[in-house]
Amino acid sequence: MKAAVNSAPATEVLQRIREQAGQRFAQLGWPTTHLEEWQYTNLQPLQSRFEAGAFREAPCRTGFPACPEEDRLESLSYTGGTLRGALAELVFVNGVYAPEASTFAGSSVPRVPRGSSGRAVPETEEPEEPRNRGLRIWTLREAPLEILEQHFARYADYANHAMTALNTANAEDGAVVEVTGVVEGFVHLLFVGSAGFQSYPRNLVIAGRGAQIAVVETYAGSGSYFTNAVTEIVAGDGAVVDHYKLESESLEAFHIGTVHVHQERASSVTSRSISIGGGVVRNDVSVSLAGEGASLVLDGLFITAGTQHVDNHTLIDHVVPHCDSIELYKGVLDGNSRGIFDGRIIVRPDAQKTVSRQNNKNLLLSDTAIVDSKPTLEISNDDVKCNHGSTIGQLEEEPLFYLRSRGIGESEARDMLVYAFASEIVDRMKLEPVREQIRRAMSRQMPRGGEQR
Amino acid sequence: MLEIKNLHAGIDGKEILHGLTLSVGTGEVHAIMGPNGSGKSTLANVLAGRPRYSVTAGSVTYEGKDLLSMPVEERAREGVFLAMQYPVEIPGVNNIYFLKAALNSVRKHRGEEELDALEFLQLARQKMKVVDLDEAFMNRAVNEGFSGGEKKRNEIFQMAVLDPKLAILDETDSGLDIDALRIVAGGVNALRSEKHSVLVITHYQRLLSYLIPDFVHVLANGRIVKSGGKELAEELEQKGYEWIEQEVAAGA
Repeated sequence: MKAAVNSAPATEVLQRIREQAGQRFAQLGWPTTHLEEWQYTNLQPLQSRFEAGAFREAPCRTGFPACPEEDRLESLSYTGGTLRGALAELVFVNGVYAPEASTFAGSSVPRVPRGSSGRAVPETEEPEEPRNRGLRIWTLREAPLEILEQHFARYADYANHAMTALNTANAEDGAVVEVTGVVEGFVHLLFVGSAGFQSYPRNLVIAGRGAQIAVVETYAGSGSYFTNAVTEIVAGDGAVVDHYKLESESLEAFHIGTVHVHQERASSVTSRSISIGGGVVRNDVSVSLAGEGASLVLDGLFITAGTQHVDNHTLIDHVVPHCDSIELYKGVLDGNSRGIFDGRIIVRPDAQKTVSRQNNKNLLLSDTAIVDSKPTLEISNDDVKCNHGSTIGQLEEEPLFYLRSRGIGESEARDMLVYAFASEIVDRMKLEPVREQIRRAMSRQMPRGGEQR
Repeated sequence: MLEIKNLHAGIDGKEILHGLTLSVGTGEVHAIMGPNGSGKSTLANVLAGRPRYSVTAGSVTYEGKDLLSMPVEERAREGVFLAMQYPVEIPGVNNIYFLKAALNSVRKHRGEEELDALEFLQLARQKMKVVDLDEAFMNRAVNEGFSGGEKKRNEIFQMAVLDPKLAILDETDSGLDIDALRIVAGGVNALRSEKHSVLVITHYQRLLSYLIPDFVHVLANGRIVKSGGKELAEELEQKGYEWIEQEVAAGA
């Protein structure tokens, strides 16, 4: 792995972990379909292209001076990316922070850092507005040493997961968000990819005791590229985190992303994974309920068409008593696309009084689309309330007839019903700008069904 | 307006209508009465084009056009409306959004300007009063969580907004209390004019006290066996359907 040029104090910590992860990846190798975890997703085409050098690293990956303008901003012509109303919006192009495209608290000019590195880094320690009190944001390489030592790579397991190891080995940029108070509003992390690049976004969200924050990650871009992202989220005692991941990559892109959530006592986390774009997509979401009274809502929505392949793996680990988790993943599959839901819930021997509900519902819109649904419960004590279920169906005839009998054309009626199916996930999102964003993305796929509210 | 000739039709390959003939003129209100299993709902569903119903013989001409060859949505756009016996719940589809899309499809077909959200709301509010529906219903999902009576009133509300030339009411009165019945009848009466025709399909005479028909037909075993004026409905109410069945059997 490359040596960092940067002199920030965190560099050494990062470098040491990167090296370990790099060695681990060399041992593990690319996942193959012989592994149960990867039986549905064949990475061979990605691996071949990767090894043939199809994806280059952004030229500025190793730090200042910033990359040439054309590499940094070329794909920002992608218009669906930015979200209005964000407290801060950090834009990364091909994995590299783009300060000129980023905004903080409504200002288009980022605050100039105190440090001497010359990089524009947000500094919100003394906020002008009370609504972002207690919110601090850094890029990964500028983050304080103590935060990285305490949290970086402590949750996402690079020892056993090759793609997490690959990300960790290459992690140089991303966002570190620390919140110590109740922040009303959201932080948006936008990752834009462009043809021929590989990128390794690496994010860390730390919500301290009693803190509250909403974080939205968006992945988008154009052309064929490879995104390998990892986000770690730590919810401290009583913290409330509302997390969104919108995977809206180019249809030629490879996206392999992991979200790992660690929850302490009485924390409350909602994490939503929305996949609309991407050619080959793998989403791993894993959550450790490690403090009593923690509660989790895990929502997922994947909408695929053409030859898209979207593989969702979730793991909810009930480690301690009195935690609850509610999981709902919905899939809408058209054309020759393939979707996977593999959801595992583990209830450990000590995790009495666990309440857990898991459901996966899928809608097949064509005869050639395929969905695999594999909900799994592993319960190691008998004082729990757990249930899970899974359905695969097609659009029902009766509602379709009803809509058409009022004059609505068949294709529009179908779109309305598909939209209605997805709306169970979309409508309960707290952030209106995110709901809007998803509606827009959906209406690109379903031009006449997605405009309702 | 509507000419049904020798209609043979059924569901899932089972013939239920065995040669039904009926003519409905413009501006007329016809009631079709009959016992359970006589083919009343089959008639309504065949006219609206519900899937699984098939026509094996006969013809239906609507305003000079072959109704049976039109797709479901085209029948609606041409002005045929079926108030359903069992309106389906559609979670996730907003009532007002759905109806606006429907009305604009119909208006577009007629060559009229589409209504914007504001214009549509004004129209909807006005029509809502006719059926005594609360505005809160508008922002809920289509029929979701509605009571039986609310679903029926929602059907009549949709009818009022879409302003069809031919309204078919499939047992809209069943399960309604007298207040709801009056509201439904009021909604249909508001539509009555020399340009609108109504086909009321019902088991009971009750609705016809509020919605006076010009003609009453008795349907039995898939055919119209007797036709008359509004007094026929009263006669049926007093004597029951057995009387007709005996009369038909005697005549056969």
